[in-house]
Amino acid sequence: MAEFLLSPPMLLMLGSVVLAAAPRNVLPRTVLRALLLALPVYSLWRFWGLDLGDYAQFELFGQTLTLVRIDPLSRIFVVIFHLAALIGSVYSFYVRDNFQPLVGVFYAGSALGVVLAGDLWTLFLFWEVAAVSSALLVWVRRSGRAAGAGLRYLGMQMVSGVLLLAGIVLFRHEVGAAPGWAEFRNLTGFLENGGLGFSNLAATLIFLAFGLKAAFPLLHSWLIDAYPESTPAGAVFLSAFTTKFAIYALARAFPGQSELIWIGALMTAFPIFFAVIENDLRRVLAYSMTNQLGFMVVGIGIGTELAINGAVAHAFADILFKGLLFMAMGAVLYRVGHVNGSDLGGLYKSMPITTGLCIVGAASISAFPLFSAFATKSLIMSAAVYKEYFWLWLVLLFASAGVFHHAGIKIPFFAFFHHDSGIRCKEAPRSMIVAMVLAAAASMAIGLFPLAEMWFGVANPFYALLPYPVDYDVYTTTHVITQSQLLFFSALAFATLMRTGLYPPELRSVNLDADWLYRRVGLRIWDGVATAFVTIHRAGYAAAERLAGAALETAQRHLGPQGFLGRSWLTASMALWVAVLLAAYLVVFYWRLA
Amino acid sequence: MAHHDHGKHGGKSYWLDRKGNVAKVFYALIAVDVLWLAADFFHKKKAEFDAWGGWADGGFGFYPVYGFVGAFLLVLAAKQMRRVLMRSEDYYERRRDGGAS
Repeated sequence: MAEFLLSPPMLLMLGSVVLAAAPRNVLPRTVLRALLLALPVYSLWRFWGLDLGDYAQFELFGQTLTLVRIDPLSRIFVVIFHLAALIGSVYSFYVRDNFQPLVGVFYAGSALGVVLAGDLWTLFLFWEVAAVSSALLVWVRRSGRAAGAGLRYLGMQMVSGVLLLAGIVLFRHEVGAAPGWAEFRNLTGFLENGGLGFSNLAATLIFLAFGLKAAFPLLHSWLIDAYPESTPAGAVFLSAFTTKFAIYALARAFPGQSELIWIGALMTAFPIFFAVIENDLRRVLAYSMTNQLGFMVVGIGIGTELAINGAVAHAFADILFKGLLFMAMGAVLYRVGHVNGSDLGGLYKSMPITTGLCIVGAASISAFPLFSAFATKSLIMSAAVYKEYFWLWLVLLFASAGVFHHAGIKIPFFAFFHHDSGIRCKEAPRSMIVAMVLAAAASMAIGLFPLAEMWFGVANPFYALLPYPVDYDVYTTTHVITQSQLLFFSALAFATLMRTGLYPPELRSVNLDADWLYRRVGLRIWDGVATAFVTIHRAGYAAAERLAGAALETAQRHLGPQGFLGRSWLTASMALWVAVLLAAYLVVFYWRLA
Repeated sequence: MAHHDHGKHGGKSYWLDRKGNVAKVFYALIAVDVLWLAADFFHKKKAEFDAWGGWADGGFGFYPVYGFVGAFLLVLAAKQMRRVLMRSEDYYERRRDGGAS
């Protein structure tokens, strides 16, 4: 029982519920916050002491489910999810209300449940809990737009859940037993066997369920739509978990699935175009998140040990640097009230520390040497080179230049530099700065570890966490030079475009994306269907009314005051008719007797 | 569009507020880029791909050209996308016209 209750998912979920339920006079705010931070710290410490293997198995509806299964792939996600819960909680202490960190830690617990699940049923349970708890983090903004975005977000998450459930049920029908880990791991095989068998359909449904949460093209717009509508802290929690456990699930179930290569390549390329013209800087980050997820999806699709290592390492690094960028933009949102590129500028004067930390995040996501993505994304790029995917490599290189362009330059430039907007505000609150420093330090550490290994022979603790052994030199002369050339010349392109006035100005606007299909086209179709129903209903009602009216009129004509049957009769004529009736009766009577 | 009288807002003048200094940053960037390009003379690259006569990842100046042209065209293409995709800020909030009320 203790093993069950003290497992990472249960500890974080139940712990946050208990803290939320504790009365305020028993638990002052500072004590509550200390306990809340202690939850992920204690959970990670406890987890660290466990060996690889199964823990906390339990019976549900006659099936043995495994709550915790630790292997090298799940282990690294468990570590980063704990760190993300900790950093997100510290960040969110800028408001007096503890709702956000409590929900955030609960949501982190459900994400841990997904990556530790030993079978598909357990995975499904936490998949759904994560969907609902994360929707709360969109709604916590308490604005009309957030309400709508949260509802659309939850709807899309539920679609993913339904696809997953349908897939699991079909799968169980075929395999005959609870879909356990071995089958889960073989889903690639099922998908590649072709044919129209149930397990093939099941694997396809599960593939789409994972893909929706990993923001596959056309299934991605919930992310772009909802994350930027959340609060500063809400977006930080949201950016960490859902998409990354989807990456985990793809890496677990579909490694080497070749479709993923081109799906991923598309994901790296198309969002950068949107990011260039997007005005809301947190929405720019959402696009950049789709782009980074694309690199991970490509890595899983390539499927070699190096590529999977790269995908997982990049997921780890992305949680830190994307979190850092969301935190920096959250700080601007908190101090200024908006993050519209069109109305910001010159904030480095008011928020120098945030500016510096944002630049660390920008350098990390852009994969500058010494920063994290240089030590993670390179594994994926090299895996593409080793497998001789030339066109893929060109797309990834273009996307790398592009991500520097919008996340590396655009975000810090339009918020903190550019022309002075005249806005003067306070530096970010202390809790925000502490959290950003933690994420920045971790991002730099990931970038510096390989250098420390090369120069001082210090074993790289980050690479040691990866699912497969790493035999890869990040800091070769050629790699450092070519990457710097790519980035610095991309910067030159930006500077040239700015100075020649060719760069499109930031404009207050909305750009249509795939969500237009359900927010406009879908709505129009729904309107059309509803109008048709109303028209048919009205026509039917009118016909019925006419029919009833005609019947009423006929009845009135015959039975009304003027009608033949409703007329007043003379007593004499009535007596006459009674006499006629009696006479007729007599005739019939006699006739019967005879 | 740009304001050049920033000094009075903060009461304090910053180095970057002077227009000439922004130009200095630009020229410094050009200088750094020239150095990075020159670096191609001093290291040996091994071409992994045969495509494009091995220029793609083995030749002189491939990464600078690809980075510059890629980023340049990216922005110009995105700018054209605005013609099709851009709507007013309250596009999704506006009351729907027509349809069932």
